[in-house]
Amino acid sequence: MLESYLRERLQNRDILLMTHIVLGYPSFEDSYQIVKAMVEGGVDLMELQIPFSEPMADGPVILRANQEALARGAKVRQCLEFAEQVCSEFSIPFLFMTYYNIIYKHGVEAFAQNMAHSGIRGAIIPDLPPEEGKECLEAMERHRLAPIFIFSPSTSLERMRTLASLTKGFVYCVARTGVTGAQTSFSQDLQDYLKRCRSATSLPLALGFGVKDRADMDFLTGKVDIAVIGTQTIRLIEEKGVEAVGDFIAGLR
Amino acid sequence: MHDRGYYEAFGGAFIPEVLSATFDELEEAFRSARNDPRFWKEYETLMSTYSCRPTPLTFVGNLTEHLGGARIYVKREDLNHTGAHKANNVMGQGLLVKRMGKKRVIAETGAGQHGVATATMAARFGFDCTIYMGEVDVERQRPNVFWMERLGAQVIPVREGTRILKDAINEAFRDWVTHMETTHYVLGTACGPHPFPEMVSYFQSIVGEEAREQILEQEGRLPARVYACVGGGSNALGIFHGFMNDGVELVGVEAGGKGLRSGLHASRLCSPDASIGVAQGYKTYFLQDSDGQMRETHSVAAGLDYVGVSPILAALKHRGRVRFEAATDEEVIQALALTVRKEGLIPALESAHAFVQAFKEAPLLSKNDIVLINQSGRGDKDIFTIADAFGDPEWQQFIMDKGEKYRA
Ligand SMILES: Cc1ncc(COP(=O)(O)O)c(C=O)c1O
Repeated sequence: MLESYLRERLQNRDILLMTHIVLGYPSFEDSYQIVKAMVEGGVDLMELQIPFSEPMADGPVILRANQEALARGAKVRQCLEFAEQVCSEFSIPFLFMTYYNIIYKHGVEAFAQNMAHSGIRGAIIPDLPPEEGKECLEAMERHRLAPIFIFSPSTSLERMRTLASLTKGFVYCVARTGVTGAQTSFSQDLQDYLKRCRSATSLPLALGFGVKDRADMDFLTGKVDIAVIGTQTIRLIEEKGVEAVGDFIAGLR
Repeated sequence: MHDRGYYEAFGGAFIPEVLSATFDELEEAFRSARNDPRFWKEYETLMSTYSCRPTPLTFVGNLTEHLGGARIYVKREDLNHTGAHKANNVMGQGLLVKRMGKKRVIAETGAGQHGVATATMAARFGFDCTIYMGEVDVERQRPNVFWMERLGAQVIPVREGTRILKDAINEAFRDWVTHMETTHYVLGTACGPHPFPEMVSYFQSIVGEEAREQILEQEGRLPARVYACVGGGSNALGIFHGFMNDGVELVGVEAGGKGLRSGLHASRLCSPDASIGVAQGYKTYFLQDSDGQMRETHSVAAGLDYVGVSPILAALKHRGRVRFEAATDEEVIQALALTVRKEGLIPALESAHAFVQAFKEAPLLSKNDIVLINQSGRGDKDIFTIADAFGDPEWQQFIMDKGEKYRA
């Protein structure tokens, strides 16, 4: 189970690290090299984003990575094959991150079956609130996959409790309003919000949106269980190439 | 949120968690406005004093005679302030924004009509205004950009994706998730997450209410068929509303572009290139590939150039209540030319799609039948696009001379 894996890891580490990549960006080969470098650098779990043409919740950097991957011909089938390969080669848990249309169009049951078959442990679907997610949640349950729900600073405590009752493994807390990639200030407000998240659930909490370096990780240590780095590694790859990933991750650990 | 806004299997609200509370607030504001009889009165007063409501219903005798069949009437949404039915929705949402106490509005625009209407509303009500517009549309609709900026709006060209309407919608959502405390997103058509489809068609229902009353007054009976063009679906739902419970055949006309088999069109309800999916916050027919990636669309009319369609129309198609057809770019230019020449009416390229289908069918109906066309907007303000569509050589020379003068 995802939760017990996380709890076990937390025995030896103050804070875990989850990273995010867009599959097929810059290419599937690069994606593989990035995963390898990340796992070797000590990442605890990873989100693999299946590119979508309308990634509504993503900011410019991840948006462009989605578009580039699609322009270079990335297909859902390739993403599933890629997932199967990395899940069998590396021992950390992998999650899918994608928008609901990718799953819906594939067929919800078939997609869940494929996810389970390839060894993927769960999925983050930012445009699928629980109110719309019945079919998908049932399929994921049948295949023992973890749906990961999201808390935001505008989520009421009552709604946080509902979301927490549906999520499996951990809760993904977005650090602020807005889309991925913008600046986050790691401040008192954030601390108050995280206290509210904590009071809503005893599940591990992940925090993402704007986490970029060691200082942010230090700030988050003791406040959440998992730090999530997304946009920053894409920026790094664009500026310094895939080779820079290993050192960057090692520097965070 | 309790009512998820489903029409058969279409609609819903597929929104990121950050927007959940904002949609609850919007739904509540809309519900309370709708239940307050003073709100609709206020809306009608605004539209009759600031815009041109009720808009006339015009009998087009020359076209009727020319086509030799049914008597043809045209509902004149082109006579709204800012030149299209878009004003109805925008002014209505403006009143709602006042009730919610927000100070900033954002909108997407394709043709620029909805952007101009929103910028106008913002100027009138004193709101800050940002308009997202695909870069391709900014290039083809410069006059509208000029007016939006004069009206005080900031126009942001969207360089992502296919750089047209759908990409502008994504960008507007990205702004909204960042600024929802102060900002309302004035969506321009009966699409998007609940409650937008319901809300936009509520404001547009004024078109159908008037049209029904007017045709009964002028002819003492109902039309056999009502035609409207379909982009997102707001003008169609507006006029159809008046005849939904009558035995009137309702016909929606989509953008056939260069033909339904060309891959260059925007027909979601008549073409096999579309299938049911979830994007931009709602479930409907989208022009998408087998992986669920959205396809490129094409139409001579920027306002119809969109991948999705109102979930309410998708449901009406499933129920067999509305028939859908497509008109090609070429047919649209011909129908536009004929209408200008015979009646002195200048429909927008979007609206001309409805005229195409009515012109095909009117001759096949009896002289006792009545058909009604919704002229959703006026074409004269889109002179650059229409002149291009006509390929007018003297216009081109004029523009080249003008360019020379600016260069000098
Ligand atoms: C004049 C006119 N008619 C129709 C449309 C299409 O929108 P809808 O289908 O929502 O009426 C537009 C959109 O810009 C428009 O400007």
